[in-house]
Parts: sequence; C-alpha cells; structure tokens
Amino acid sequence: MSARFFIPGDAGAVAVGADEVATAFEAAATAKGLTLDIVRNGSRGLYWLEPMVEVETAAGRVAYGPVSADDVPALLEAMLAGEPHALLLGPTEEIPWLKRQTRLTFARCGIVDPRSLEDYRAHGGYKGLENALALGAEATIEAVVQSGLRGRGGAGFPTGIKWRTVAATQAEQKYIVCNADEGDSGTFADRMIIEGDPFVMIEGMTISGIAVGATRGYLYIRSEYPHAVARMEEAIRTARAAGYLGRAVAGSAFDFDMEVRVGAGAYVCGEETALLESLEGRRGVVRAKPPLPAHKGLFGKPTVINNVISLATVPIILAEGAAAYRDFGMGRSRGTMPIQIAGNVKHGGLYEVAFGVTLGELVDEIGGGTASGRPVRAVQVGGPLGAYFPRALFDTPFDYEAFAGKDGLIGHGGIVVFDDTVDMAKQARFAMEFCALESCGKCTPCRIGSTRGVETVDRIMRGEDREKNLVVLEDLCHTMKFGSLCALGGFTPYPVMSALHHFPEDFGATTPVLEAAR
Amino acid sequence: MNSPEPWSAARAAEIIAAQLDCEGPALPILHAIQATFGFVPEAVEPMIAEALNLSRAEVHGVVTFYHDFRRKPAGRHVLKLCRAEACQSMGADALATRAEQALGIRFGETTPDGRVTLEPIYCLGLCATAPSAMLDGRVIGRLDARRLDRLVSETQA
Repeated sequence: MSARFFIPGDAGAVAVGADEVATAFEAAATAKGLTLDIVRNGSRGLYWLEPMVEVETAAGRVAYGPVSADDVPALLEAMLAGEPHALLLGPTEEIPWLKRQTRLTFARCGIVDPRSLEDYRAHGGYKGLENALALGAEATIEAVVQSGLRGRGGAGFPTGIKWRTVAATQAEQKYIVCNADEGDSGTFADRMIIEGDPFVMIEGMTISGIAVGATRGYLYIRSEYPHAVARMEEAIRTARAAGYLGRAVAGSAFDFDMEVRVGAGAYVCGEETALLESLEGRRGVVRAKPPLPAHKGLFGKPTVINNVISLATVPIILAEGAAAYRDFGMGRSRGTMPIQIAGNVKHGGLYEVAFGVTLGELVDEIGGGTASGRPVRAVQVGGPLGAYFPRALFDTPFDYEAFAGKDGLIGHGGIVVFDDTVDMAKQARFAMEFCALESCGKCTPCRIGSTRGVETVDRIMRGEDREKNLVVLEDLCHTMKFGSLCALGGFTPYPVMSALHHFPEDFGATTPVLEAAR
Repeated sequence: MNSPEPWSAARAAEIIAAQLDCEGPALPILHAIQATFGFVPEAVEPMIAEALNLSRAEVHGVVTFYHDFRRKPAGRHVLKLCRAEACQSMGADALATRAEQALGIRFGETTPDGRVTLEPIYCLGLCATAPSAMLDGRVIGRLDARRLDRLVSETQA
C-alpha cells in the first residue's frame, strides 16, 4: 500500500500525542510488513480533533480524529480494509468547520509537507514572488495598498502604506523584520503558519524586501515556540540551498537573505520598537515614536516591521491580485482574519474567515459553546490587553472599527472563552498583575500604575472603601490609557474596565474567600 | 535533558567569538551560553561586555531583563505551567496549586534535592488544547490532575 498518511507535527497536535500516534502507526505497519509514507503536516486548525490523522484516497483526503496511540492498530486495520471506524470524520474538505472557512492566508496550512519546497511550489508557492518581480517594486507596493491589508498584529495600520514609507526613505541598508513574538494568550496563528507553511514567510519577506529595497530580514520568534524556531530555520536553509534566498533571489536581479532570532521571554518585545531594541541586543525597552521604524528602525535604518500574518498574506495578494483579496470583508477591514478560538470552548481552533462574522457566531455556533458545558459568561478578545465581552455584546461584528466602537480591540484575533465559574474581579487583577510583570519600565503610568492597579483591585475585592477605590481604579486606568508610551500600559485598562463595567457584580463588597486565597 | 557543561572561561570565550559576526549578537550569545552551561554565570558578563564594547552594567541589564536567562542553575527537570488567560479558563490555577503542593515549592523555586524547577510561562500557543505545560522542552496539552501527577512523578524518577 503506497497511500500517504498525514499526522500533524504541529506543536498543538504534538502536545496531545501526535508523535506517539505516528510511532504507533509505524509500529502497526511494521507488524503487518508494510511501510507507510507518513507526512508530518501542519495542523488544519481543528484542535479539538487533534491528533487528526488523514489518509490519501482516490476520493481525496479522509480524516480521523482525535486519534490516540491506543486506537492505532484497529484504526489502521479499518483503513486498510476500507471499513468504517468510530473516529472517521469523512473527507477532510467536507468537515463543516473547515468547509465554511475562507482559507487564503492558511490555504496550504495542514495540507502541504512543511519541509518540502517542491510541495510548496506545487500548491501555488512563489507565484506571488513571480508576479511581484514582473510588476516591479512600485506596482507591488501599490497592490498591497489596494488590497486593503492592515497590520494583523493588532494595530491595524495599512501594510502597504508602511512599505511605501520605507521605499521612499533613502538608505544604504534597509531591513525587513517579521514580528513572531506572539505573546497574547489565546493566539496561535503565527505559530501554526510558521510550523505548517514556513516557506510562505520566506516568500512574504522576500517580496517585501524587493519592494522596499531591503536586502536583509529578521524573523523574531518567541522562545516559547521551539518547534516553530526549528521548522523556520530548516526552511530558510532549504530555500537558501535552492536559490530562493541569498544573491540573485530566484534568478532575479535582487539579493535578499534572512535569519531567525529567538526572543527570551519578554512579552513587551511584541511591541515593535521593543522588538527592535531586543534584536539590537538590548533590553526590550519601548522607544518613543517618532521616529517611526519606517524612517529609523533596526540599527537606525529604515525598517519594515510587520506581523507574521500580514507578511504571510502578501504572497496570495500578489498571486491572486489585490481585488480578489479586497473583495472579502466589511467596511475598512478588508480580506480575511485567521480567528483563534480558544480557552473553555468545545470546538477550539483556527478559523479563517472574512471580516464581519459576529462574536456570537464565533463563540456559539463555530466554537460550539464551552468545553465544560456550562453557560458562556465572558469572552476576552485580543489577548491580555483585550476587553472582556459579555453576551450582550455578542452581536458585535469582527471588524477593527466595530470592536473599537465597543471599547475593545480585535488585536491578533484571539478569542478566549470563559464559562460562568469565572471571577471577573480576579481577571481584572490578573490584567494589572501581568502588566506589572511585563512592563519594560520606561514610562511611569505603566510601570507604577500597574502595581497600584493590583493593590487597588485587591482593596475593592476586600471591600475596603469600595466606592472610593472604584474611582481610583477608573482614574488609574484613564492615566494608563492616555499616558503610556505603548499598548502594554495603554491597553491594560481594556480588560480591567470592561470587567468592571460589564460584570460589576463580581466587584462586590464581600469576597472573604478571595481574601483568604491571597 | 542534556546535562550542562561545567563553567569554563575558555569555552565561554569560544561561544562569544562564534557569534561576533552577526548583527546585534548579545541575545544569540546569551542563549548559547545558557544552552551550554545551563545558566548565565556572572563571570561571563564582563567577557561579553569586553567583546561587544559595552559596559558591564549594560550586559547585566540585558541578562536580568529577560525572563529566560537564569542567574543560577535550574533543577535537573524544568516544569513550566502556563498561567495565562486561555489556560486559566480551563482550570490552570487549580493545577498550579496542585503542582506547588506536590513538589513542595512555589513557582520560581527549585526543590531542595535539585530535581525540579517549577516555573510559570505565559502562553505556549496551545490555547485551543488548554491547559498546557512544558516539561524539559516537551509540550503537553489538555492537562488535567491525572496528567499533571504523571508529569510530577516523571520528574521524581
């Protein structure tokens, strides 16, 4: 039997036993005197079904999951005999959760062999670079502008405008920096695409480099992602050996090369200027802007600094055309967003869809409600700096402006679901505590405000001068929001104030249990 | 786990020299030093300062800024539990307390016998299979009391 088996090598699948499943398949095959062709693909993003094993059949790929190592002998037996099995999910592409998505950025993720450049090319890889080279630098930038692509890291700044600024700035050396310091809890899109489709990062950064006149790129990955680091480094070596990095990239007149740099466990380095400081070898302390990184970025040189998902989306924009991408979405939020549904949710995973889907659809229909089976009480959108949304706001469409209008943010697209056992005062306290732990210390509102914030929430939770301390907390949040240098101090008030406004009952006067736990 | 090498100034000098060609070499050097010796010994700070033409205070500032860099050796096993929101929503706080009790130490501490260091980690990107943990670099999802107890007993073997 020469069928190919797909067992994800994605860290999320490995964390729930994918390596053991792969070993069990090999052992079961050996026992039968067979050799299997096992591809360690990326994840399709249906994490509640991981490890999800696929087998190639005449009718396309068929999925089974969640598979445990103990299931394997009987499962292989059923697969070989073409008999049904309890874990059969059917043709992968027909699984409704996957079928309803619009996979543009993640088109190849989970499908290709992430180690294979040939597979990448066979699935449309490097078509974007080819078109970019044919268009020339100016038209490439124009295509990115026209696509409406905005920074997927969270700030939502138009990517093409950033590129245009760097292109217009004269310098002997310019840089492309990719921000893969994905520190927000509830987000894993960067990790998933780097592990599942690493060559798209190389192609995206190469297109960016050629467009703005940069010859060097750095991909800064957080140290908490060792699998992504290893996969990306291997892909860079492969691309370099094939002439896709280095001198005269892909036979063109342009040089571009890149390397991976690993973070060291500082959340604030996800802030672009702190990341640049870190790359330069210093403490990850935020820089004041201006100057913008586009004018004076890495080592003082003009620098494009973009999020992983922004850069990973560039190749498909160039391959399919700006209009094809812009046609998706709503308002000023164009294209698709890989939304990550996580936490206490039944069907958690990565769901790429055009902007405009409502929070309620994402949580109740797509996410299927909580994993615990209890009612959904709150949803945090956009990581530790994102607001907590109550059910009353579930009609909010997923869109940069719509979320801002509800005093929230979509950030990097992570949604963390909480059931009715959550204590929102505790969550507010954690937001302040996390800010205090991770503050770079440069500006006072963040450095001191966060510590005073923890103390004030504690007083409220203890019922000490409750009314007075609520005023102090509001005032503190106001100062942090408008007086902090970057989003860490500036956005920490979002989870705190949203918890307070939407769930005031949790900030009640009598909470003796919590005091005892302190 | 790979056992760390004993401190050697000559070995450290080699590691530093090997990274000098790259742009912004401080973090790559510190990662390589920690990978070799298991921590960043104080004795290496003046060496890095000298090689990069920085003050010793600047190097010390970098080492102490980042959570990853250890000032002293860790236990033979390092157990990291994610304490961030997605894991909190799935009961990570209770598991954290359970781990502290089972090991008899608090987060950030090493057991007196030097077997285990328990550390918090803020997100492994395994948020759809929460709660998650990392034991000696190995990732574990869908953690529950039973799985946690198994991890703890692995560290005692």
